Amino acid sequence: MQRIINFILSRRNTFLYLLLLFIGMMLTVQSHSYHQSKYFNSANWVSGQFYSISGGIGAYFDLKGENEKLQEENRRLRELLGTLEEVDSLQLAEDLRVYEYISARVNKNSITSYRNYLTINRGAAHGIEEDMAVITPLGVLGIIENTSQNFATVQSVLNDRSSINAIIKGTDQFGSLRWDGEDFTRVQLYDIPKLVPIKKSDTIMTGGMSSIFPPNIPIGVVVDYKLPKETSFYEIEVQLFNDMSNVRNVYVIRNNQREEILNLQAQTEDVE
Amino acid sequence: MLNSMISINITRFMLLVLAQVWILNNVNLLGYINPMIYVLFLYWYPMRQNRSVFILTSFALGFVIDIFSDTMAIHAISCMTLAYIRPLLLRFCYGNNYEFQGFSYTNTTRLQRITFIILLVVIHHLIFFSLEILSFSHFVIILKKVLFTSGISLFLCLLISSLFAKPS
Repeated sequence: MQRIINFILSRRNTFLYLLLLFIGMMLTVQSHSYHQSKYFNSANWVSGQFYSISGGIGAYFDLKGENEKLQEENRRLRELLGTLEEVDSLQLAEDLRVYEYISARVNKNSITSYRNYLTINRGAAHGIEEDMAVITPLGVLGIIENTSQNFATVQSVLNDRSSINAIIKGTDQFGSLRWDGEDFTRVQLYDIPKLVPIKKSDTIMTGGMSSIFPPNIPIGVVVDYKLPKETSFYEIEVQLFNDMSNVRNVYVIRNNQREEILNLQAQTEDVE
Repeated sequence: MLNSMISINITRFMLLVLAQVWILNNVNLLGYINPMIYVLFLYWYPMRQNRSVFILTSFALGFVIDIFSDTMAIHAISCMTLAYIRPLLLRFCYGNNYEFQGFSYTNTTRLQRITFIILLVVIHHLIFFSLEILSFSHFVIILKKVLFTSGISLFLCLLISSLFAKPS
């Protein structure tokens, strides 16, 4: 016994190293297979407050550009409003509305990593939950991953675990949008069957097949595509509408029917 | 003497974390280069101190940066591994000299110091990006990131280490 203790004591640094390595690996590998850790992310209190301050400072520097973006969005929405022949005076009841929008500000952004996350200044206290969609005035941004009381982290589309249901505007065939980790202005769209007519500068939008994103939110344009010989699906390069290195004002979208959809799907799978 | 050493290292710890998460994580050079200079903590950390404390401190340094940048424990693992193998690297660069009482970087040649920093940065970046991507099918991306990010980090580290070098 004495010998074992002496042995351990004489190699305590190695054992300490292995122990810490094990802890670190657990945290890392676990997050690779499923989700980011619930506790160690930038939505927690200390780093949340820190980024809230730095994000607040950063927001001043691009006020002008952000204002222009928001004004442009207002213009577009007003045009849409004008095309509705008459505004219906009948208000939809609260619980009949499918999608609700919550506005938020990005406090921390990252684009260089292989798995990028953003932190926003709204959290559980504002009704934000895991797996809600996040968009900017220009297009899709990501999905809520973790929330704390006042902050939330967003899994960006620039994340190798991100997979978003998408269609080419004007068609019904949907594919999945992923990122290969190379270029932060481009994402890839897979699984679009080859019978779909496609050309460069086609617009890519979200499809209605997910319970997270509402249909028809713009994503980007096709800049390149190829059809590998051995498969019957396209590989499409998509240029994002968003400048991912410069996002500030975002909307979080809550789907009020999501729970119902998920329950139904779970029941169906149980039967099988 | 001991107290001043501890307070210097705590200050260094905090300044390096701030520099990393506030400035360097937002550099985004060419869209994918974010230099990492906190390896300088391991370069400056005093030689003959308790190694267990050193390993724990490095783990803490990495982990704090991890929490801020949503990278799980990748910074922590690579930083701690570097702390663990630092005696090996020191022996490689300076021979057995570094174990003597009066050893300090001012008595060493510039070439030795540069070699030491190069080793620290390259090994750190290699572990970091391998863990970040964690897949051998992306070997080329890993190499590309290691190569370019190491270049910029090295440049910054050499610059800062010579700026704050103690006058002999």
